[in-house]
Amino acid sequence: MPKKEGDLTWKDIEIGGMATEPGSTRQYRTGDWRSQKPTYDFDKCIKCGICYIFCPDACISQDASGYFEADMYHCKGCGICAVECPTDVITMVDEEE
Amino acid sequence: MTTKVGMEVSVAIGEVVKLASADVVSAYPITPQTHIVEHLAELVANGELDAEFIPVESEHSAMSACLGSAAVGARTFTATAGQGLELMHEVLYVASSMRLPIVMTVANRALSAPLSVWGDHSDAMAVRDTGWIQIFTENGQEVIDTVMCAFRIAEDHRVLLPVMVHLDGFHLSHMIEPMLLPEQGEVDQFLPPNQYPLPLDPNKPVTMGDFGPPNVYTEAKWAQEVNLRAAKKVILQHWSEFGDAFGRRYSPVECYRCEDARVLLLTMGSFSETAMAAIDKMRSEGEDVGLVRLRLWRPFPFDEIREAVKDAEVLIVLDRALSFGGPGGPVCSEIKSALYQVDRRPKIVSFVGGLGGRDITVDGFEEIVNRGIEISQKGSAQEFEIFGVRE
Amino acid sequence: MKKLPGYISRLLTEKERFAPGHRACIGCAEALAVRLVCKALGDNVVIANATGCMEIVSSPFPDTSWTVPWIHALFENTAAVASGMESGLKAMNRKGRKSLPGVKVVAMAGDGGTSDIGIQALSGALERGHNFLYVCFDNEAYMNTGIQRSSSTPYGASTTTSPAGKVSIGQFTWKKNMPDIVVAHDVPYVATACPSYVKDLITKVEKAVATEGPSYLHILSVCPVGWRSPPELGVRIGRLAVETGIFPLFEVENGKYRLSPDLPKLKPVNDYLKLQGRFRHLSDDVINKIQQKVNEDYAELKKKAHEG
Repeated sequence: MPKKEGDLTWKDIEIGGMATEPGSTRQYRTGDWRSQKPTYDFDKCIKCGICYIFCPDACISQDASGYFEADMYHCKGCGICAVECPTDVITMVDEEE
Repeated sequence: MTTKVGMEVSVAIGEVVKLASADVVSAYPITPQTHIVEHLAELVANGELDAEFIPVESEHSAMSACLGSAAVGARTFTATAGQGLELMHEVLYVASSMRLPIVMTVANRALSAPLSVWGDHSDAMAVRDTGWIQIFTENGQEVIDTVMCAFRIAEDHRVLLPVMVHLDGFHLSHMIEPMLLPEQGEVDQFLPPNQYPLPLDPNKPVTMGDFGPPNVYTEAKWAQEVNLRAAKKVILQHWSEFGDAFGRRYSPVECYRCEDARVLLLTMGSFSETAMAAIDKMRSEGEDVGLVRLRLWRPFPFDEIREAVKDAEVLIVLDRALSFGGPGGPVCSEIKSALYQVDRRPKIVSFVGGLGGRDITVDGFEEIVNRGIEISQKGSAQEFEIFGVRE
Repeated sequence: MKKLPGYISRLLTEKERFAPGHRACIGCAEALAVRLVCKALGDNVVIANATGCMEIVSSPFPDTSWTVPWIHALFENTAAVASGMESGLKAMNRKGRKSLPGVKVVAMAGDGGTSDIGIQALSGALERGHNFLYVCFDNEAYMNTGIQRSSSTPYGASTTTSPAGKVSIGQFTWKKNMPDIVVAHDVPYVATACPSYVKDLITKVEKAVATEGPSYLHILSVCPVGWRSPPELGVRIGRLAVETGIFPLFEVENGKYRLSPDLPKLKPVNDYLKLQGRFRHLSDDVINKIQQKVNEDYAELKKKAHEG
């Protein structure tokens, strides 16, 4: 895991300022941004995957039973999944945390 | 076997790039660099140089294409002059701060307005701060030797910086001179293939060009500065090895007849050759004068300059560029800055001349030296002297 | 039960090449577009990216959202950097210096970096016929610097440098037709796409990657912040842009136009405009003017598609 930005010394900087760990933004908790979060009524879920396709943050994945759910570490609460779900599985509620 | 050739310096540059087996040449034509790119295009068209010649649509794109090419690990070359160097200005900073080895020859040309295609150093002075390694050359042999070394220096893993080779537009670029061209085998031995350590490669993906918030920018810039300074040692090493291989030795500062010289003249570029003739003339007339020729411009050779001028009483610096509203001669202001904290230093007189392709003859240099001596004794109200202006 | 939009999620690769944790705004459809394009591109690519939203959100030092080789240089030179990468790889492969067969060079830029400051480099690269794919992510303004107008901003849109006011309707010129400008360069493949139409976008990316020579994709990217629309409607608004004819989806292969979908009837433009705050100030007159232009342009496009 690379050092946090504020701890880097000039010697730590890779040549030319390159970032050498692909996909390292995964460590950043964009979940802190949201003011609303998705809640699920999986009884209605037909496992079509539309929510997974349309998530701009790629934070929805399929669990062992095949249902699609967003990971709260990254979910920004945009609500696109709720709007696009054809069977109204997802309801956005205010984030209380 | 090395061949002695009589050819135009621009054409010879193309020959060296061919010997170096460059992979990509991306250039836009501009007087007085055109013969360099034309010859390279010809070499590629005839299959003599196996490279991609990208006829870009502007100098900004020329340098940008060099970025892409160097980033994937290809040996990359370009050339430009004057306005072209200015047009690619912002890209130059990116090349050096992203540590991409690119070799560029600049046929130094005056900047508009008024439009001038003729030679002076204003284009070079405008890019002092870009972080490139910069070397000035005086004659054709120096140009081709420097270009060859430039590839080796730039691609050295301890350096990984772009290198600019300056040659006077027309006065050097268009001269037909006798030069010793090395043979392919000799070049292959001297120049290892380019092996950029972290190129863009799907097998090992990297991200180049992250944005740097205030928290990190200073560290990034300091790392760059430390690296540029450290490059000097590597440059000297490569020049030394070049000398071993080819018999011609180069150093950051060259002194001509400086032993026991009371008065020193300092020049850069092809004027140095004329100045040497002037020094000879003045010496034969009994004057104790010498010439300091500055070759390595960046990283600036502080130690060598201080050493070269330490016994002189007067140092006359001739700048071939005019920095408006300031100290006038950019090189002179840097020399003064380098000598500021030295206890024993010569009186420094700044001259600006040779602008926009105007020549300075042997007599002209003699005049400069004599006037310089006069000013060192009597002082002057001016920050610098403009030489040769008709009043 | 709402009608299924019509595509199959199983056709997408599972691998995420545009990692989460990027700093894109909530509901950014441009990030969605990039994510989908990257899925379709595969791993054997090198990407040159212009300064802009996608570059900034994905590359905060020392991290990166990219899992493929990626370089960001400047704002206006993406196509030139891509030209250099393509030439470098070509030369090295040919000379046996490296063995990187079939690596596709991709350039990504926003509408500003494509139709304004970047148009020279793009035109040069297209004319020289480099083998690369240029993708323009069009969110219709300079969004990253604060929603300033570009030549891709649609007529009547209010931006910070073309604000609607007492004596102004906002953007006073029509959107620059970049796809047609690219077509004029005689390149093998040009297409428009929208992330709301996933299979269409993926197919077009794959087609472009397989094309020898320059190819160009113009992708509409809904920006909730700049367009002042609800974040959750990012995909729906993109769909409406296509259904109203405002952003028609088409392909041009070697000069031959093909509409996809070829809509027999367009929804009224107001269905699209009314969802966005940047059009809130428009009078009925202006909306009618827009409707008329859309009708004319779509008819023109149909003609080109049916003629060839």
